[in-house]
Amino acid sequence: MLKNRIFKRIFTNKTSLVGFSLVLFFALVALFAPLLAPVYNQNNPYQMPQKNYQIAPQPPSAQNWFGTTEQQYDLYYGVVWGTRLAFKVGVTVTFFAFLIGLFVGGTAAYFGGKTDETLMRLTDIVFAVPSLVLAMVIAAMLGPDIKNMMIALTAVAWPSYARLIRGDILSVKQRGYVTAARTLGARGPRILLRHILPNSIYPSVVVASLDIGYVVLTAASLSFLGLGAQAGTADWGQLIAMARNWVLGTAQNPFAYWYTVVAPGGAIFLFVLGWNLLGDAFRDILDPRQV
Amino acid sequence: MLRYITRRLLLLPLVILGVTFLLFFLTQRLSPEMRASLYVKDPRQMGSLEEVIRRYGLRDSVFKQYGRWLGNVVRGDLGYSPSANMPVARAIKEYLPATIQLAFVTILLVVFFGVWFGSTSAVHKDGWQDIAARMVSVGGFSLPIFVLGLLLLMVFYGKLGWFSTGGYSFHTDMVIHGGSFKTYTGLLLLDAVLNGDWRVFGDVLSHLVLPSVTLCIGSFALMVRVMRSSMLEELNKDYVRTARAKGLPETAVVYKHAGKNAIIPVITLASIQFIRLLGGTVIVETIFDYPGIGRFGVLAAQQLDIAGILGFSLMVAVLFVIGNLLSDILYTAVDPRIRLD
Repeated sequence: MLKNRIFKRIFTNKTSLVGFSLVLFFALVALFAPLLAPVYNQNNPYQMPQKNYQIAPQPPSAQNWFGTTEQQYDLYYGVVWGTRLAFKVGVTVTFFAFLIGLFVGGTAAYFGGKTDETLMRLTDIVFAVPSLVLAMVIAAMLGPDIKNMMIALTAVAWPSYARLIRGDILSVKQRGYVTAARTLGARGPRILLRHILPNSIYPSVVVASLDIGYVVLTAASLSFLGLGAQAGTADWGQLIAMARNWVLGTAQNPFAYWYTVVAPGGAIFLFVLGWNLLGDAFRDILDPRQV
Repeated sequence: MLRYITRRLLLLPLVILGVTFLLFFLTQRLSPEMRASLYVKDPRQMGSLEEVIRRYGLRDSVFKQYGRWLGNVVRGDLGYSPSANMPVARAIKEYLPATIQLAFVTILLVVFFGVWFGSTSAVHKDGWQDIAARMVSVGGFSLPIFVLGLLLLMVFYGKLGWFSTGGYSFHTDMVIHGGSFKTYTGLLLLDAVLNGDWRVFGDVLSHLVLPSVTLCIGSFALMVRVMRSSMLEELNKDYVRTARAKGLPETAVVYKHAGKNAIIPVITLASIQFIRLLGGTVIVETIFDYPGIGRFGVLAAQQLDIAGILGFSLMVAVLFVIGNLLSDILYTAVDPRIRLD
């Protein structure tokens, strides 16, 4: 029934359809990146090719479809492989953050009392600093690298899932069928794994997976600040950081280097837009008051 | 209510201790030589690093070192920041007012335009105004502020030359550091008014336009949504029908009757967003080279200036926690139906 509702909502509502198509499009680009932009460096496909060592960006041409950015990095290659990197970062971070959140939230809700209090205060601590600031500080201390960036992002993302899952489990814990299972003599772990989790986890899974857009946005912010990907990596945030030196153009033509901002900026905008539109659709579906 | 506030106030130092310890623990990954900068008061001291390391026990256990750092913080000594080239405490005192000023101007923009777009959108539901406002709102959610910031720079600084980067112009710099300009609050806008110097006021304000427009986009998008749904809800209520039935003009019904109630969630949201903006200032201040605490934090992080990073995080955590508490309290003050416990 839920499945029907999802399909109906997505395919009858225009904005949801746009969101779905955008996400699907980017997923295909990520999947077929090696075909769309042949790998340049076999050891590290995320390394962008450099045409030569000239500094100033070059406008779009037959050879470089989106033009080149600072130091002649090919923007088309950067955008295509940046899509793949965005999915890699978004999915990995969300997955691990969710796993940690599930463990912490589940433990807190199941044991209650002092355990609950301690774990929830721990989430308070992480919540006490804006997530971008905390991620920035952690990434800085670990050193600029994609892997460290993902660790920093995971470290700031899990508490919201822990809270979410804790709340869901606490509400399901009160239901009749849990009491029924308990009276029938089922033991703790069985109740948790067979009765509580399957009934409380799905909304959180959906919420978490829709956060991929937000995670990618934060990752791009870190790279933009020079605390994410290393120089030359096909990363949207870094491409935009490179464009920073060229936004003012030349004296004759202030928009001379527009493509250095628009190519990676457009990609990240459409990517996040797609996830946001999809997120709105799912929020409506999951909110029973809307039906 | 009072119990809730006391409980939160008691938890406040705990949370701040937790955050700083977490970060302090992370700094231990770096070599004692790098960490020595935390304790160096003067760059000239850098010559005798080994002595600094020994004197401050930088090879001691984390807990011992953390206790020592905390002791210094209590005495108002946050170490020396090489990236800002001044003691951290002075850097915070110098940069924080500029950021508060930026966040304040931004939140005014957010509330004003958010309420305007949101209520127009609700009044003309499904009309072109509604569709336009909703599109702006969805777009605003998805447009990263660093992309918007660069686009605005390109158009308004590069092409039109209306605004420039930084916190103020050279002329203003001369005036405010010239001696006759008195610093009352550290907030330049307010100080300019108190000094009666309108030229400085105008200059500082014009430097705030691009950063605050960029910073407001995400909160603005949220505000439009909240105002729209809140207004729609109010417009469907009985008292609005009564007001219409007794023949009041539509503008009075919408803005005097429904508007007053619809704005409640907006006020509380604004107080939360004001705190959230502090996170966004990190990027905006970097793009526009605005001399605020966010830019200070980014520079410290980029250059691994540990004293700067710790001082910055400590300050952001304090602001964030207090701000969240205040917005919770405001929540109950505006809407008595909400009870905290």
